[in-house]
Amino acid sequence: MGGANRRVARAGISILAVIVVFVLLWEGYKLIWTAMGWENPVRPDDRTMPHTWDIFLALFQPAQRNGPPFILVELRAALMTLREAFVGFLIGGAVGFGLGVLFVRSTISERAFMPYVVASQTVPIIAIAPMVVVWGGRANLPQWLSVSLIAAYLTFFPVAINTLRGLRSPHPTSMELMRSYASTPSEVLWKLQVPAAMPYIFTALKVSAAASVIGAIVGELPAGLRGGLGRDLLQFSQQFTAAPEKLFAAVLIAGLAGIAFVGLITALEHRWIGANRRLAA
Amino acid sequence: MSAPVVEARGLGKVFGTGEAETEALRGIDLEIAEGDFVSLIGPSGCGKSTLLRLIGDLVSPTTGTLVVNGKEPRQSRLDRDYGIVFQSATLLDWRSVQKNVELPLEIMDFPDAERPTRAREMLDLVQLAGFADHHPWQLSGGMQQRVAIARALAFRPALLLMDEPFGALDEMTREAMQQEVLRVWGETGTSVVFVTHSIPEAVFLSTRVVVMSPRPGRISDEIMVDLPPKRDLDTREDPRYFELVIEVREALRRGESGSSGS
Ligand SMILES: Nc1ncnc2c1ncn2[C@@H]1O[C@H](COP(=O)(O)OP(=O)(O)O)[C@@H](O)[C@H]1O
Ligand SMILES: [Mg+2]
Repeated sequence: MGGANRRVARAGISILAVIVVFVLLWEGYKLIWTAMGWENPVRPDDRTMPHTWDIFLALFQPAQRNGPPFILVELRAALMTLREAFVGFLIGGAVGFGLGVLFVRSTISERAFMPYVVASQTVPIIAIAPMVVVWGGRANLPQWLSVSLIAAYLTFFPVAINTLRGLRSPHPTSMELMRSYASTPSEVLWKLQVPAAMPYIFTALKVSAAASVIGAIVGELPAGLRGGLGRDLLQFSQQFTAAPEKLFAAVLIAGLAGIAFVGLITALEHRWIGANRRLAA
Repeated sequence: MSAPVVEARGLGKVFGTGEAETEALRGIDLEIAEGDFVSLIGPSGCGKSTLLRLIGDLVSPTTGTLVVNGKEPRQSRLDRDYGIVFQSATLLDWRSVQKNVELPLEIMDFPDAERPTRAREMLDLVQLAGFADHHPWQLSGGMQQRVAIARALAFRPALLLMDEPFGALDEMTREAMQQEVLRVWGETGTSVVFVTHSIPEAVFLSTRVVVMSPRPGRISDEIMVDLPPKRDLDTREDPRYFELVIEVREALRRGESGSSGS
């Protein structure tokens, strides 16, 4: 499909452009601030702001003496974190969709539960995460699943809110039309409300995909889970003075993992829109 | 003549309670026979849509009795006795034209094999056979409304309810659609209740024009349209057509100024 190829190419070019601009700003800042002797807001020295090429090169140096290169280790860590995030994303997405359907079916349940759903998001994830880990441990869940549940906690909310909005989006006359057919509530749901809600749901899924990666990274810390991005990011920030470029390199990979996940959802969205708005042959 | 398709006695509808109370309809007596084409005409807010929605059991009456197809309106709706067309086509964007027409057939559990055939028949009827695989947003407003008519007729209801179906269309398209709906009516033998606020449209289409007046909505006049059954361009130039247009206009004016009906 030419359209899809062109879209990928355009995305690639824009990512490249962002990187180039970022590198120029970073190095420009260092140059000017060093020349002027400024120290605020951030000192421009190589310990605080390593050169972009040093960060880049750090990717290919061995993570440990004689070990595999940093990038391989961190990509493997990213894969593990992404897997936890993905499971959490699926759980959170399903819960969020279920809540949206429940709330649209019953105003009473919306009035009863919606305040708690909203309040749940004001409790910081770093307070929730240790509780989930403790409870997960008591319930003999594998550690990675506890991490996924923490990711799900960040995922379900946008999906629930947007699903509800989307299910309510059909025009009242469309609802009357369905009523005139004497259709059952589930026919109204699946033939009218859910298809109408898909654009809303996809928007939520993109937000949730990014949030689930953050949830997984944060969740790995109290879980004490090794091998994921969370533990590495913590470790590199503790070693910041010795090897600052490692933290930046790991942040780069964490960012790429999030982008990859959101990109996957965007691709699915385009497929769905394409399949449903296909021009007549 | 068989039993009436619609029979209303002392029908009234009040929306809301207390401060927000609106009396939309009062003392409606109306009888619609099989094969009739009845237009409801009256100023905006006189309860035309409400009367149509009462017949379709989309709202319930406050007072009086209403029988549709010899049953309670609710039973009639559950039996899928009527098809309805609104001012906006309310097609589903994610479905092709054909799949839109198949929607009621899916819900009404028509056999898989029968649905596409029926949908195509209906699209033939509204002369959109070539557009089955298009999507609604690729069609003009008039074509979308024809799809809505095809959809409303796909399950062969005994009654067709139309609420200002051509209100959003330009004059040329509107006249073409009127011709179209008469042809469909002639071919299917469906009874039609047609809400409009256009006097020429009501006269041109109907066997009977029901004139309504506002605050509260009542039927102030009924005018039999004694034009030849075959309506075409000549009808619009028939002196009798003009007389009837004037008659309806005067009835509307009486309804608006007069306090009581007859
Ligand atoms: N669902 C509703 N709730 C409250 N008032 C309504 C509702 N539907 C209609 N009305 C009121 O009933 C009256 C008649 O409305 P309607 O039947 O839509 O008139 P028409 O179709 O003739 O323009 C209006 O005053 C309108 O505001
Ligand atoms: Mg109306």
